[in-house]
Amino acid sequence: MKIHICLTGIKTIILDCNNISQYSVFLINSALMNRRDIMSAVNPDQYSYPSVFIYGHRATGKSHVVLSIMKDLELPHASVDCVECVSSGLLFHQVLSAFFGPDAAALLPRCPSLSDFVRLYKQMSSNSPATQTRYIILDRAERMRDMDFSLLPALLRLQELVNDNVTVILLSEIVWEKFRPNTGCFEPLLFHFPDYSKGKSLVQILSWDHHPSYTPELYASYINILLGVFFSVCRDLRELRHLAVLNFSKFCEPLEKGEAKESDIHKLWKNIEPHLQRAMQTVYLREVSSVQWEQQQMDEKEATTLRVLSAHAHIELPYYSKFLLIAAYLASFNPARTDRRFFLKSHGKIRKTNFLKKHEKTSNHLLGPKPFPLDRLMAIFYSVVDSRVAPTASVFSQISSLVTLQLLSQVGHDDQLDSPKYKCSVSLDFILAISRCVCVCVRLLDLLALSLVIQSQVVRQERSLFTAVSNLHLL
Amino acid sequence: MGNCSNEHRGTSFSASAASLSNPLICSSINTFFFLDKYIFSQVIQDQLNKKVLDSLAEFIKKHGLGCSSDNWRQRAREIPTAALMLGVNVPDHAMTFRSLCNLLQDSVTPFVVSVHAKECAGTFERDPVLVINLTLVCQATLTIRIIGLLQKCTQVFPQRTESLTNSDLPQSLPVVVIFKDFEAFNSQVLQDFILICSRYTQELPFIFIFGIATSPSAIQHRLPHSVSSLLCIEVFHSLSCTQHLASVFDKLILNSQFPFKLSSRVIQVLVGIFLYHDFSVQNFVKGLQFSMLEHFKSQPLSMLCCQKQEALLSAKTLSKKNVERIRHLPSFMRYVETQEPQEQVQLLTNDEHVKEVCQQLLKNLHKYHKNYYPILQCLHSLTSSLPKFPLGKHIRELHVSCIEKNLWETEEYDSALQLLRILAKDELVAALRKCAEILKSTKILQNVLQQLEDFIGRLEALEGKSETTLLEKESRRTKRMNPYEVLRSQVIEFIDSLVREYLTPAELQPLNEVCYYSSSGVLRQRLNVTPRTSIQAALSHPFYYFLKTDAGTISSAAPDLCIVYKLHLECGRLINLYDWLEAFVTVMSAAEDQDTNSEDARFIQAVSEMEFLGFIKSTKQKTDHVARLTWGGC
Repeated sequence: MKIHICLTGIKTIILDCNNISQYSVFLINSALMNRRDIMSAVNPDQYSYPSVFIYGHRATGKSHVVLSIMKDLELPHASVDCVECVSSGLLFHQVLSAFFGPDAAALLPRCPSLSDFVRLYKQMSSNSPATQTRYIILDRAERMRDMDFSLLPALLRLQELVNDNVTVILLSEIVWEKFRPNTGCFEPLLFHFPDYSKGKSLVQILSWDHHPSYTPELYASYINILLGVFFSVCRDLRELRHLAVLNFSKFCEPLEKGEAKESDIHKLWKNIEPHLQRAMQTVYLREVSSVQWEQQQMDEKEATTLRVLSAHAHIELPYYSKFLLIAAYLASFNPARTDRRFFLKSHGKIRKTNFLKKHEKTSNHLLGPKPFPLDRLMAIFYSVVDSRVAPTASVFSQISSLVTLQLLSQVGHDDQLDSPKYKCSVSLDFILAISRCVCVCVRLLDLLALSLVIQSQVVRQERSLFTAVSNLHLL
Repeated sequence: MGNCSNEHRGTSFSASAASLSNPLICSSINTFFFLDKYIFSQVIQDQLNKKVLDSLAEFIKKHGLGCSSDNWRQRAREIPTAALMLGVNVPDHAMTFRSLCNLLQDSVTPFVVSVHAKECAGTFERDPVLVINLTLVCQATLTIRIIGLLQKCTQVFPQRTESLTNSDLPQSLPVVVIFKDFEAFNSQVLQDFILICSRYTQELPFIFIFGIATSPSAIQHRLPHSVSSLLCIEVFHSLSCTQHLASVFDKLILNSQFPFKLSSRVIQVLVGIFLYHDFSVQNFVKGLQFSMLEHFKSQPLSMLCCQKQEALLSAKTLSKKNVERIRHLPSFMRYVETQEPQEQVQLLTNDEHVKEVCQQLLKNLHKYHKNYYPILQCLHSLTSSLPKFPLGKHIRELHVSCIEKNLWETEEYDSALQLLRILAKDELVAALRKCAEILKSTKILQNVLQQLEDFIGRLEALEGKSETTLLEKESRRTKRMNPYEVLRSQVIEFIDSLVREYLTPAELQPLNEVCYYSSSGVLRQRLNVTPRTSIQAALSHPFYYFLKTDAGTISSAAPDLCIVYKLHLECGRLINLYDWLEAFVTVMSAAEDQDTNSEDARFIQAVSEMEFLGFIKSTKQKTDHVARLTWGGC
């Protein structure tokens, strides 16, 4: 009977709320039907199950379903987002103030421990005993793992600790196996929110917010076209809705101009498809803000005027900083053994047969940048710069400013003063762009080309590198 | 390098202390302060970034106040974000942010918080700082509802939260958070912060401003898609640092009103530091200020370096000593040599006569400057559009070559004139018009302007005559120039004559030492320091500091550290401590009657000092060895 009451409760939610998660409510509804024992979790009178763990991908409606159940059944609950809780004290504080008012929360000591919280909770709940189950909802529960190690096991059996009718609901994007502490703990009820399937649920949910001035059928066909383009890259419902609303006015344009009728789906598709493709490259990646995208649609000027974020990849750097970066790149991607050969004018003869060891023959670009000491960087720098440079303080300060700009990164934390080590964290294209505007001396070009030839021994890399080399020779 | 600067400093300090009592020098100090203030006001009131800042304020107004009508949920979750591209000249950013803060607080919203990456190294420190900042801001007015963020700081300010959350005014002002150095922020902290803010952005309109030094793609590198999808980013570009430098250059160096001048070498040093090292206009201005300080300190005649009237006044009342100083100026001596023998005697013996001549020369100098800058700008506007920029792309390059040597003797000038001689008519007319504009705005050199306008009129009168191709062909065959070509060569000759008359090198002007600061060596030494060279010089030539003669060999009279340093230069990468000690003892025992007991301790102390200075470090390869951190021997 109680179950029946609860189910009707949920049904009223379904009828009431006009929002995206109706379908999710259907889902949870069917799950509840299958596992009646969970329903005791929403049973206000008896002691309920101490903890529930709900997991599923982003935007599958976890928090929305839980919170709307809480709201619509008017259950006492405390909802906490774990991102906000930099310390467990903040979490305790939010829970207490939600259940017993801010006065109770003010009683917490300045740096509350778990036992403080339990003591205070007990005290408060004895004053105002629970008539219904109280719920603590912890969103983004994966953050709890970074907090005090005893917090999670304690919260899972909080019911026993405080001796009150309380249930902790954890919401997370990752599976329970990643949570379980080494020492073992109370196993919560697991609950999975599956991804929305393309054919049915996504179309159904997205079609809910159709435009009032057009028929739902038209909107549904629009959604189908949209999913055809975006489904391969994005299954996030929130993002899809965002994109759907952004591009709908463009879709309706032929209708407003009277060039097509609502039944001309093919014509509409022809009109919108390239537009959506462009949206995938720009708005979806947030290269262009949504406001700019809308403005551009109104202005009707095509992509030429659009200033995308990654178009400004070029960075103006002081002259010596450019050379320092080039030197760092060479130091990071060339083996130290080859330095003699590249940077000394009268290097000794090196036998060609086993010049490179076997493990060095794989492309360094596949292995990633290697750390190098400051001395080596400076030695290469001096040999790369065509004029004589004094080792001034500002040259060294440029290295540290390159580190703050994240173009170089410092490796390791011991020996910071004597011989710090760095890695070059910029790409080949970036270095080529820099050396193109810096290079007056032919030797440096040769150096880059040579080191590139040595590195370009893996097929995947070859093409881009050889074009790079030929570019260099063109210069 | 370091040693001579030290010596220099010692003497000049005592000199400046003595000169303070001299009233005339005091007046030059006043001039210095006046000029310094002038520089400051020019740079501060610099409205260069005004456009960007205004558009930023516009952006914030639009998003902060207008978006409440937009009830679309997804949009409301996006936090409006301005990515302000500032360039890598980090020292200059502080000023831009200060003026941005002031502008926003005056015109948009009082709730502006700016955070620096240093202040928020980890999550733990980060959030409370911001929250406290916000609450401090909120104490001023209670019109804002901070719900979520203030829940967190209830521990800090429990009673205040109540009053804040209860005051429910519907229209709330935006809260602007400025991240001064976006690249330096810990990305995890940033992500958390954005997540939290996006939760509350409906109740509390947040607006972010990211100060980005590199490129906008830094945002994508730093934030995952799930977080960056919460932002609605718009990019704003501030003026590039080279443009900024050009405007400062126009205001402070290419300005006849500003009496203090820099010689070509000094300009090269300052611009070199700017282009090669830091791109920082602030540092450039500091360099300028420093050279002014040096000039007024080291050149007693700098009291004549002020506005024309004051300079003439002080020239009238020159002291005997200063008249003598004037006689010793190289430029004055050159001037004397060009005079008649009778006049020469007068100049060398009669003080009053020198004062009078000096006034005349100062007048000439001011006139030279007045004429110099407009003609320089004209020449620049003529040559800056030529292919390959034979006289330099920027006016500063042209200026440097003009005051350094006779411009008309250089090859670059010849090639520039060659290029000017083949200009088409409309290009030439346009260029001349620009020159006329420049001269019109300065209101001097009216006769030159007259001639220029005359030329323009004649060129335009040629309309139609030179159009006929047949005539041209014929003239080319007969090597006879058509009327346009005749006129063009006249124009070029006119320009050439202007250059020869007005753009003479400053060093040839008598009394130029009064205004021009020329010791570029000192400037380089002070502004572009080489700490390691100084340390090494001090260690290898300690006697330079002790003002004793250096024998060149290792002597026991030197400090222990220097002996140890010289001995370590003779070693390889790894140094055996025992051998080192032996060598040390040998050097010490060369001197007579020294107590031999303390040598071990002195050696150990010297070695640890070496380690502190960063020349050696202990190594794990061999226990009784230390590793050298520098290379190269003696």
